[in-house]
Amino acid sequence: MVQPLNYLSETTSQTAGPYVHIGLAPAAAGFDIFEKNFSHVVAGPQTRGTRIRIEGRVLDGTGTPVRDVLVESWQANSEGRFNHPDDTQTKALDPDFRGWGRSCSDFDTGVFLLDTIKPGSVPWRDGRPQAPHISLWIVARGINIGLNTRLYFSDEEAANANDPVLRLIEQEVRRKTLIAERQETPEGLVYRFDIHLQGDRETVFFDI
Amino acid sequence: MSSFGTNRPSGPREGDYYQRDLTVHPPAFTPIYKTSVTRSPQKALLSLEQGIGEITGPVFTAEDLGPLDNDLILNYAKTGEPIGERIIVHGRVLDENGRGVPHTLVEFWQANAGGRYRHKKDTYLAPIDPNFGGCGRCLTDENGYYYFRTIKPGPYPWRNYVNSWRPAHIHFSIFGRSFTQRLITQMYFEGDPLIDVCPIVKTIPDPEAVKRLIAPLDLRATVPLDCRAYKFDIVLRGRRSTLFENRLEGN
Repeated sequence: MVQPLNYLSETTSQTAGPYVHIGLAPAAAGFDIFEKNFSHVVAGPQTRGTRIRIEGRVLDGTGTPVRDVLVESWQANSEGRFNHPDDTQTKALDPDFRGWGRSCSDFDTGVFLLDTIKPGSVPWRDGRPQAPHISLWIVARGINIGLNTRLYFSDEEAANANDPVLRLIEQEVRRKTLIAERQETPEGLVYRFDIHLQGDRETVFFDI
Repeated sequence: MSSFGTNRPSGPREGDYYQRDLTVHPPAFTPIYKTSVTRSPQKALLSLEQGIGEITGPVFTAEDLGPLDNDLILNYAKTGEPIGERIIVHGRVLDENGRGVPHTLVEFWQANAGGRYRHKKDTYLAPIDPNFGGCGRCLTDENGYYYFRTIKPGPYPWRNYVNSWRPAHIHFSIFGRSFTQRLITQMYFEGDPLIDVCPIVKTIPDPEAVKRLIAPLDLRATVPLDCRAYKFDIVLRGRRSTLFENRLEGN
């Protein structure tokens, strides 16, 4: 016999189910209950940085848009600093930027939106710069444990080519699955980003 | 750079979060739960060491919440209180080291006593309760403790097999301190015979992990003559104490 290690086990994940909107985005489920709601609007009126919209869909293995998906985003501010005590970089914080958003796909089209700002570069563990990116977390009916991925920007070609995380992806062809396509529209700067759950174009998902 | 920097006090410091033990979780592809078949990634996840963006996550405060957000008996009451069994659900959010996770956001949602969700996509014939919304949220206290009051949800049928029923359950969403700890799960109730036959529960390969999702009746926490209680502790990933420097990968 040896002494027990006594670590606890992480609670098991279960699917968010078809009614995830009830709890996490009740207005999308069709009713009004909370005074204050979380939303896909990540940047406030005073937030510093270039305004962008992320527009995308999550597609299943048959290429059909997943119309009951919930996507959350986490990102640094325009200087490349996260609004969190464990980010101890000396860069400036932005008082009007939490850096987190939550978006439900449209029940008819499957399109999700995030209205935010383009993040700055954040150093990787060894000090090398990472290309600007947004972390995404995806849950839905049929997804047993939340999926982690990253969104990078098509107009950051040089930074993307040197990004330490993109470079960890062995097959170069798969790196493209994480690059959002820049589009200039009358409404502003939009980055298109489709997430493929399965198939030849399956998005790279991370175990972080 | 952050907690990986070179200027730091001596002694242990907080480092990365422990690698996720995927054996306690359902795999992505679980044919018994049919919807997972076309929604499960087939390629291997890329395992990533954590950078600043992984060891951080959104911070929430009391300002994000309303005063009735943790009382599902009152937070949608229009003409009276909702129908059903009054219960309190309480417990702690802990990490794998057994430490409470303070000031973290816990969100919950559920069906009403008849097994019907207030959701435009739910068409089950059990009636909507005009006084029950079915969602709430709270922050844990400095010790990781949380509680809320609600109505015990009912089981309901769903389209998996023709005769599939969900056990009574409450959905939970928990943030923790970092995006690596983010978790969504479901709490079940002690003694429910539908737990053992539920395809979604059966996606979990480890029977011990299933047991940890079942909340026991907690008579000591009941309010006599008013409300029963169930206790549900939630464990998020723990964090390493860095006793010696980690040699960083430099390629």
